[in-house]
Amino acid sequence: MSHQDTKILDSQAGLTQDERVNRKFDWHRLFALVRKESLQAIRDPSTILIAFVLPVILLFLFAYAVSLDVREVRIGVVLESDSASAQSLAAAFSGTRYLKVTPARDRREVAELVVSGDLRGFVVIPQDFEQRLESGNPQSVVQVVTDGSLPNTANFVANYAQGVVLNWQASRHNGQPVSVINLEPRYWFNAELESRRSLVPGAIAIIMTIIGTMLTALVVAREWERGTMEAVLSTPASVMEILIGKLLPYFVLGMVATLGSAALAAFVFEVPLRGSLLALLTISAVFLIPALGQGLLISSVTKNQFLASQVALFSGFLPAFLLSGFLFEIDAMPVPIQIITYLIPARYFVSSLQTVFLAGDVWAVFLPDLAAMMAIGVFFFAIAKRKTRKNLET
Amino acid sequence: MRHLINIFGNARLRAQIVKEILSILRDPRSRIIVFLPPLMQLLVFTFATTLEVRNADIAIYDRDAGHWSHELVARVGAADFVNKIHTVHSPEQLRALIDRRAVIAGLNIGPEFSRDIAAGGIGTVQVIVDGRRSNAGQITVGYLNTIAAGVSAAVQRDTSNATPVVVRHWFNPNLIYRWFVVPALSGILVFFSALMITSLSISRERELGTFDQLLVSPTTTLEIIVAKTMPALAIVLILGMLMIAAEAFAFGVPFEGSFWLLMPSLLLFILSVVGIGLMISSVSATQQQAILGAFAIGVPAVLMSGFATPVENMPVVLQWLAEAIPLKHFLVIVEGTFLKAMPASDIIANTWPLVIIALVSLTMATLFVRSRLE
Repeated sequence: MSHQDTKILDSQAGLTQDERVNRKFDWHRLFALVRKESLQAIRDPSTILIAFVLPVILLFLFAYAVSLDVREVRIGVVLESDSASAQSLAAAFSGTRYLKVTPARDRREVAELVVSGDLRGFVVIPQDFEQRLESGNPQSVVQVVTDGSLPNTANFVANYAQGVVLNWQASRHNGQPVSVINLEPRYWFNAELESRRSLVPGAIAIIMTIIGTMLTALVVAREWERGTMEAVLSTPASVMEILIGKLLPYFVLGMVATLGSAALAAFVFEVPLRGSLLALLTISAVFLIPALGQGLLISSVTKNQFLASQVALFSGFLPAFLLSGFLFEIDAMPVPIQIITYLIPARYFVSSLQTVFLAGDVWAVFLPDLAAMMAIGVFFFAIAKRKTRKNLET
Repeated sequence: MRHLINIFGNARLRAQIVKEILSILRDPRSRIIVFLPPLMQLLVFTFATTLEVRNADIAIYDRDAGHWSHELVARVGAADFVNKIHTVHSPEQLRALIDRRAVIAGLNIGPEFSRDIAAGGIGTVQVIVDGRRSNAGQITVGYLNTIAAGVSAAVQRDTSNATPVVVRHWFNPNLIYRWFVVPALSGILVFFSALMITSLSISRERELGTFDQLLVSPTTTLEIIVAKTMPALAIVLILGMLMIAAEAFAFGVPFEGSFWLLMPSLLLFILSVVGIGLMISSVSATQQQAILGAFAIGVPAVLMSGFATPVENMPVVLQWLAEAIPLKHFLVIVEGTFLKAMPASDIIANTWPLVIIALVSLTMATLFVRSRLE
C-alpha cells in the first residue's frame, strides 16, 4: 500500500497517466480540487508577485547588478616622487580600464579613505623611485596596499597593480618578455566571460525554490492553521487527490515561471539556450518534485505559517542561494559541507541548468542530476505522506 | 517627545508588548526556530561561502615530452588548489571531461612547447576553462598563471626577475575569506530574521481577524506600531549579539573596533529592518502575502547589499537604490568594526542613513495602519 502510494505520488509530479491504479481516484473530483486551488492561487496578488514580478527583478539584478566581473575599482596613487618616470607610471595607472584612480601626494590622505571604504587600496610610488629603478639590484620599486577586509577585491587590486607595473617596465625595456610561458585561456561555453551567463541559471533555481518550497509550504500550512485541512480531509476526496489538487497548480505555476524566465534570459538578457527546450522542461519538472515535496513536508510538520516560512527560509531558500554552487564553488567547501550539499536539490538543478543554457544537451550531466533530484523528491513525499496520515489519526 | 515618553510609561502599552513577545515565543517550536537555525546557518555558511578555489580537478593533455612541460605539469600537480590531475591523450577526452564538469580546466600543451622555450622563445599553453563556472574558472587561471610565472623564473634563472611590487593587505594580511564572510553573514541572517518576524506580525492578526479587535480597542496606532516593534527588536538584537559573540570568540575573526559603536548601529539596523517589515505587514491582507512580500523585498536587497559582489560594480542608478537598503550600510559598519577599527565618524556616516530608513518606514507603517482605520 505505502509502496503504491509512493509510486503514485511520484508519478503525479512527473505527470504520467497511471494514477488510475487507485480505485479511490476520481478525475472529476480531482479536477474540481485543482480548479479551486488554481483560482485561489491566481486570485492572490502575492502569487503573481512571486511567480512573475520577482523573477523579472531577480533576472534583471543578476544580469546587470550582481556582477562578479570587477570593473572600476577605486584606488589611490600616491606620487611621492616628481621624476618623469614616476609620473609616467602614475599615468599608466590612470590609463587602465579597471582602475579609477584618485591621485594623492601623501599616503595619509588615502589611508583614511581606505578605512572608510571609499578606496579599495593605494599604490605608493616612493621618493627614491628613480634610484630604486636605476640600481640594478632586484628590489621593489612600488608599494601596493589593499583593503584586505574585502579579500576578492584586494586580490584583484594586488594582481592588477602588479600587472600594470610589469607592463610599464616591459614597455620601457622595449618589449623584453616578462615571462617565457604564455597561458592562453579559452573559456568554453562563455567566451566573453560574462558572469551573468552562469548566474542567470542560478537565479532560475532560486525562483523555483521560492515557488516550489516556500509558496507550497505556506499554502498548505495555512490550511492546517485554519483547520480547513481537516475539513477537506473529511470529505470523500482521498489524501492523494487532495495533495495533487494542492500541488498541481503550483507545479504549473513553477513551470510557467521557468518558461518565462528562460524566455527573458534568452531574449532580453542574452543568455544563450544552447540545449533543447525539452531538456530544460524535463530538468525543471523533475526539480519541482523535491521542491514541492519539501514544501509539503515542511507544512505538514509545522502546521503554522510562521514556522513554515522560517523553516522554508533556512532549509530551502538560503541553501539554494549559498550551497547550490552557483555563487560559491562546492569543490572549495570543507568535506562535511560538501556532504550536506548532496542533500540539496538545488545543487543538481543549478548544475543541469548551467549546462542546458551554456553547454547544450549533455546527458552525462543531466541523468545523474535527474536521478538525484527524483530520489530526494520521493524521500520528501514519502515522509510528508506518512506525516499527513499520522495527523489524521491523532 | 513627551508624547513618546508617555507612551512608554503606559500600562496598556506594556501589556501589549508582553502580549507580542508571548505571541512569538509562546510556542516552544517557535522559540527554537527563531534562534537555532540562524546560528546553525552561520556555522554552515561560514565554511561554505568562499570564493577561493580549492580541490579543483585539472585535465592535462601534454603532447610535449620535454623538460619544461614536465616541470609545469609537476608544479600544477603539486599546487595546493589542485585535487587531482586527469591525464588525457586526445582532445576528445579533454572535451568530454569539461562537458561532464569533471574538471574545471584543462591544459593543452603543444608539441613545440619545450623546444620553443629552449630556443629562447615563448612557450604557449592553451588553457581550456569551463565557462559555466566563470568566476571559479577565472580564479583558476590566475593560480595557473602564478605557476607558469614560477616555471618561467626557473627558465630565466640568470636574469634577476624580482617582483617590482611589494603588496601589503591591510586589516587581513593573509586575505582569509572567512574574516570577510562571517561578519557579513550575521548581517544577512539578522536582516532576514527581523524581516520575517515583523512582516508576519500585523498580517497574522489581520488574517485571524484579531486586528479588527485591536483597532476598536482604545489603543492608538502609534502604540500598535511600538508594541509590534519592541519584541522583534529585542529578539533579533539578542540573536545578532549571539552571532557577533560567536564570530569573535568561536570563529576567531579579529574584533578590532569598538563594541560600543557596533551595538547602537546593530540596534538601528534592526530598527530600520523592522520598519520595512512592518510596512510590508501593514499592506498585506494575509500572512502569505506578507512573507512573499518580504521575499520580494529581501532577496533583491541582499543581492544589492554588496555581500556577494561589490556595490561599485553595479550601474549608478542601482547604487543609488542600494542606499535605501539597511543591509548595505550595516555591512560597511560590521566589516569596518571587526577588521578595520573604523572610527566613530565613519560609523556615523553609515548610521544616519539607517536612522532615516527607520523613521520613514515606521512612519509609513503607522500611516498604512491608520488608513485602514478610516
